[in-house]
Amino acid sequence: MSLGLGVAQLAAPDTVRRISGVDDSRRSRTVVPLVGARELVHAAGLLTSRRKGVWAWTRVAGDAMDLTSLGIAIAHRGGRRRRRLLAVTGAVAGITALDVLTAVRATQAKKIRSVPTVRSARRASQGGVMELTAATTVRKPASEVYAFWRDLENLPTFMAHLEQVRTTGDRTSHWAAAAPFGRNVEWDAEIIEETPGERIAWRSIGDADVPNAGTVRFVPAPDGVSTEVHVVLVYEIPGGSLGKAVAKYFGEEPHQQLDDDLRRFKQVLETGEVVRSDGAPWGKRARKEFPQRPAQPLSDAELEKGADA
Amino acid sequence: MRANTWAGRNSVEVRDVPDPKILNSRDAIVRITSTAICGSDLHLVDGYVPTMQDGDILGHEFMGEVVEVGSGVPADKLRIGDRVVVPFPIACGACAACAAELYSCCENTNPNAGISEKMFGHPTAGIFGYSHLTGGFAGGQAQYARVPFADVGPLKIESDLTDEQVLFLSDILPTGYMGAEMCDIQPSDVVAVWGAGPVGQFAMDSARVLGAAKVIAIDKEPYRLRMAEQAGHVPVNFDEVDVRSTLLELTGGRGPDKCIDAVGMEATHGSAHIAAYDRVKQAVRSETERPHALRQAIMSCRSGGVVSVIGVYGGLMDKFPTGAWMNRALTLRTGQCHVQRYMKPLLRRIERGEIDPTRIITHTLPLDQAPHGYDIFKNKQDNCEKIVLKP
Repeated sequence: MSLGLGVAQLAAPDTVRRISGVDDSRRSRTVVPLVGARELVHAAGLLTSRRKGVWAWTRVAGDAMDLTSLGIAIAHRGGRRRRRLLAVTGAVAGITALDVLTAVRATQAKKIRSVPTVRSARRASQGGVMELTAATTVRKPASEVYAFWRDLENLPTFMAHLEQVRTTGDRTSHWAAAAPFGRNVEWDAEIIEETPGERIAWRSIGDADVPNAGTVRFVPAPDGVSTEVHVVLVYEIPGGSLGKAVAKYFGEEPHQQLDDDLRRFKQVLETGEVVRSDGAPWGKRARKEFPQRPAQPLSDAELEKGADA
Repeated sequence: MRANTWAGRNSVEVRDVPDPKILNSRDAIVRITSTAICGSDLHLVDGYVPTMQDGDILGHEFMGEVVEVGSGVPADKLRIGDRVVVPFPIACGACAACAAELYSCCENTNPNAGISEKMFGHPTAGIFGYSHLTGGFAGGQAQYARVPFADVGPLKIESDLTDEQVLFLSDILPTGYMGAEMCDIQPSDVVAVWGAGPVGQFAMDSARVLGAAKVIAIDKEPYRLRMAEQAGHVPVNFDEVDVRSTLLELTGGRGPDKCIDAVGMEATHGSAHIAAYDRVKQAVRSETERPHALRQAIMSCRSGGVVSVIGVYGGLMDKFPTGAWMNRALTLRTGQCHVQRYMKPLLRRIERGEIDPTRIITHTLPLDQAPHGYDIFKNKQDNCEKIVLKP
C-alpha cells in the first residue's frame, strides 16, 4: 500500500493532485511528491524491519498528517474540487482506521508471541522461564562427542557462564557459575536420563537460585562421520537482583550465548582448544565481541592481568 | 617490534607494538623476512570493510623464519629455524570445510564467528590482518607474527628459491590461479580478466598455464596493461575503447568463454555517470560494492560461460544482472582462495619455471615506508604494481 502510493505520488504527482482536487495549488506540487517519498520510507520500514509494530505506528502518524493537510485544503476550496477532496478525505480516514487497527494488532501480537524473555523478565523484575536451543555439527563420531559432554567437568571449557562443574556422584554434580552470571551462584544437578551415544538430560536439584535443566541429543550426521549436537537449556529466572544479573548476563540476544558456547564446544573437540585471536584473546571469556582490543599482540602487563583487564 | 597499523580511514601508521606470544598450543611465532601490500588491504584502508579498529596490524601476505613453536605443534610438521610461507586464511585442518579443502571457510578459526555469521549467513575463516570480522588476528606487515594452527597452514621452503619467488604463494598467486581454475579452461577458450593488478596478472598467467587459447587483460592503467602485454596477454583499455565491442571483436562476436573478475568492490567505470551513481551509493553505504567489473563480466560472457569472481566483495550490491545470468545459462563461481590447497602444486610450477611470480614486483621498500607504499599503490603512482616490504 505504502509502496504503491509512494511510487504513484513520485512518478505521477499531477494525476494524484487532480484526483485529490488540489491541482490548482502550487504548494501541492511540492507537498505531493514529499508525501510520496514519506510513503516509500514507510514501505521500506514495514518490509524490512523486524519491529513492524513501530513502523505501523509511523503510518498512523503519517495519516494524521495527511488528514490535517486535507482539512486545510477543504477549508480553502468549493465545488467539484471540494467534493473530490471530501471523497479523498473519506478514503484517508478509512485507511487511518485500518492503520490504527494494524498498528495496535502488530504491537499486541508482539506481546503475545514473545514467551517471557530475559528482557521482559528484567523489565518486570519478576523473572520468567527462558528456553534456549542451538545446534552444531562436530566432525567426530557420536560416541566421542557424547563422552566429552557426559564428563560434565568439561562443560566449563566451552560454556561461558560456568566457572566449574564438579562430579559428586554417579549422576550428581555441583555447578558454579562464572562471576558475571551472578556472584556466588552455585547449585547441585542430577542427570535424569542418559542413553550412551544419544542423549543426556539433567536438571538442577534442591534449592537452586536459578533452577535450570538441559537436554543434549547426539545424532549421526548424514555425512557418516560427523555428529549433530542439539541442545535445549531452560532457566527459571528469578525476580530481584539475581534475576537482573542473570538477565544482564544474557543480554538482548540470549540465543547468541548458546550459539557461541557450541562454537567453542566444536573448537575444543575438533582442534583441541578454544581459538584465540589478538582481538579476542581470552577464549570463552570474551563476553562481548565488541569493542575488542586492537588486532596487535598483548603486552606482558595485559597478559598478566588476563581476562579481567 | 615495528608494525604497520590501521590508523583510521585513509591512514596507516608504522608503530612500536608488543612482540607476539604463543596464545594457543598450535601457534608458532615467525620472524618475517618479506611481506607485501595486497590490493585487498586498500579496501580496509579506504574504509569499506567494517569492524576495523585503530591499531590493528595489517598484512596477510608474509613469510619468514620460525622462531618459536607451541607445545601442540608436532616436530615433524614444523621446527624452529624452518623457512615458511604463511597462507592468509587461518585453517584448523579438522572441520568439515577443511576436510573438503575449503580452507577459507574453516569453521573453527574465527573467534568472532557471530559477527561474520550475521553479515554472511554463515561464518568464514580467520584471516591475518583483515578486520575483526575475520577474527581480529594481527597481520604480517610487521617484524614478527603469531601463526595459529602452524602445523596446518605454513608451507616449508626447503629449496634455495628467493623470498620474492615464493612470497606470493601466501595469497595472490593461489588466488589468481583459483580464479582461472574455477573457469574449467578448455583449449579453445578465450579468457577475459578484469583488472590487471597483481591478482589479475596471476589469473592471466594461470589461464595460459591451464591451456587457454587467448587471454585478454582489461584495465585502464597503461603501465599495467603494458605489463600484461609483455607477458603475452591482449590488453584492452576501458578508458579508450568500448569494452563490449572490443571483446566481441576479439572473439569473433561470441564473447569471452570465461570471464574473471579480479577487481572487486572498488571498481571504476569508463562512464563517469555510472561510476558516480555507484560511488555515491557506496559513500552513503546504501550498497557496499561498486560492482562495474562484475556487471560487465556477466554481460560480456558468452552464453553458457563461466564468470569467476576473485575480486573481494564485502556486503551488498545493487543492480546485479540476474536476467543475463539466468537466461544465458552462466555459471558464477567464487570464493576467498583456499590457499592451502594450491601452495604445493604452485611451488612446483615455480620450481619448474612455468610461472614467474617476480615479474609483477615494481617496488621493494623497508617496512617503515609502508605508508608511502600504500599511497603510491592506491593512487597508481610511479607505475606501482606490487610492493614488497622488508621488516
